[in-house]
Amino acid sequence: MSDPAQMTEGRKDDNEADLVWERGTEGLLLATGDWVLDNVELLSDRVDALAGLASGLDASGISRLDASGALLLERLFHRTGQGPTAAGLRQQWRTLFEAVDFACDDTHEPAPASEAPWRQILERMGRSTVEVVHSTHELLGFLGITVHRLLRTVVQPRRLRLTSTVYHMERTGLDAVPLLILLSSLVGAVVAFLGATVLRNFGAELFVIDLVTFAFVREFGALLTAILLAGRTASAFCAQIGMMKLREEIDAIRTLGLDEIEVLVLPRLIALLITLPLLAFVATISGLFGGLIVSVVSLDINLVMFLDRVEQTVTLKHYLVGMIKAPMFAAVIALIGCLEGLRVSGTAQSLGEHTTLAVVRSLTMVIVLNALAAVYFMELGW
Amino acid sequence: MVSAGAGQAVDEGADSDPVIRVRGLENRFGSDIVHHRLDLDVRRGEILGVVGGSGTGKSVLMRSILGLLRPTGGRIEVFGQHLRDADDVREIMSHRAGVLFQDGALFSSLTVLENVELPLKTHRQDISTQLRRDLARSKIQLSGLPDSSSAKMPSDLSGGMRKRVALARALILEPELLFLDEPTAGLDPIGAAEFDGLLHALHRALGFTVFLITHDLDTLYAICDRVAVIAERKILAAATLRDIEDLDHEWIREYFHGPRARAVRDQTSPPG
Repeated sequence: MSDPAQMTEGRKDDNEADLVWERGTEGLLLATGDWVLDNVELLSDRVDALAGLASGLDASGISRLDASGALLLERLFHRTGQGPTAAGLRQQWRTLFEAVDFACDDTHEPAPASEAPWRQILERMGRSTVEVVHSTHELLGFLGITVHRLLRTVVQPRRLRLTSTVYHMERTGLDAVPLLILLSSLVGAVVAFLGATVLRNFGAELFVIDLVTFAFVREFGALLTAILLAGRTASAFCAQIGMMKLREEIDAIRTLGLDEIEVLVLPRLIALLITLPLLAFVATISGLFGGLIVSVVSLDINLVMFLDRVEQTVTLKHYLVGMIKAPMFAAVIALIGCLEGLRVSGTAQSLGEHTTLAVVRSLTMVIVLNALAAVYFMELGW
Repeated sequence: MVSAGAGQAVDEGADSDPVIRVRGLENRFGSDIVHHRLDLDVRRGEILGVVGGSGTGKSVLMRSILGLLRPTGGRIEVFGQHLRDADDVREIMSHRAGVLFQDGALFSSLTVLENVELPLKTHRQDISTQLRRDLARSKIQLSGLPDSSSAKMPSDLSGGMRKRVALARALILEPELLFLDEPTAGLDPIGAAEFDGLLHALHRALGFTVFLITHDLDTLYAICDRVAVIAERKILAAATLRDIEDLDHEWIREYFHGPRARAVRDQTSPPG
């Protein structure tokens, strides 16, 4: 067996720390130098290698000590069963050593192992399932409360906060118009191009008009609007109400004897119920306009032909199928946005999380609802 | 060396080797002058409390010394080294100074243990993972937290616990200099007193120098060796509490002789 003391390298400078095993002195360990963070890796190795061999320690050679070094020293004492006095630790380091010794009683035990990966996965699955059930339950409850307040407002119209409602109509409706026109007409143009590519093979380019018209009147008008507002408005509602929650404004509303649903949620819901169908109409017209431009520019279809074909294709039935979805989307977006805002708690981080959730959930709900409605109306033969 | 209000020399204790030496510091934001010819010395091993009304530039001073903000003019020396640019600051501050920001500034995506061991991970890559964990856990315990809090996320902790974790993180590299920005703000009086006690004990054991911004009169009277008062865009006075109290300046009089200060002084001053 090689002598551990042989491991000692030549001293580079005075600050070097060391722990050596002196054979001649009945198995006494000698701790010297600076027991500080800079030398902690070396010292830790020495402590692990030598602590079991010796019966005692001479710490009087320690010239500097910090909390990291004290931790190692404390380990050494723990193994050799000695105390700082017996080891001759200099008086000036006693306070530090005692503070570390007092605080770090249980670092001898390894840290508790984390759980097995498959258990963590199961736990997360369980948690998210419970969360889905819980949030659905909450959304239904919130829907109930809001409908109750809405009915009460219908009975007593004076309860309606008109200024607030109009303000939100402007913010969610009017301000969204330019972006909506741009998006819808671009999508309309793309749909027309796609249709032209496929239908050209059959020499049926005229039916591009049918495609664009059906797509926008029945589906895209309302859906595109709802998708835009889910991103734009659901997040805004959540952030506004969430910020009020953080600043305890919601609590202030309650203590003033007001009802936060009536004050905050209803104006937003009503505003969206009014503006979303209007916006959906704007989106439909813009989409048709996009299709028209493509048709006229690249398909040799003139304006009169286009309008004539649209007039033949669109019946009131198709228009209603498209428009009836708009208020449903409005309700979903407003309710989810407001509910997530009210669920914000405590920190700015929570505000961010709930704003993301508001967008994700309202988008999901809009698309699911749209699919259900499409199947429903198709089965009805509308 | 100490700029005293109304020409009063309040502090004769000469110090040839201050940890921080600020000379002629200028800080100005647009037309708003925050500091004008500000001088300050922080001596080795002391706890210096920095007080001043709201908006007098206590935090600006700290951020200037830390290099988070580039002063308009003046000279800042830390450990005898002139801080010229961001590189100087990074080299000196990240190894030899620890900072406790007002709300802890813990990284919210990391656990308590990961937060505390991060500086070691960054600056001391030679230390093995196991030893790094042990060092971090010992600092967490030194800061008065139970070992079981290591695995928690910062969002699961109370304000007082978050500050303790932040203190553990500030201490992990064994700094010689510790910056604290209102450590007791937002804590209840019991929590604040406990934190003061912890800081005092750690200061005694580890022997670091403390630059402490505070509003808390209890903290001033309980643990500060010297107090620096910021007013009128400079350090009005930097001296022991007893000397500061005797100064004849309006803000100091209101601050140290108001009803709150009187109550604290009555509690803490030794009888006779």
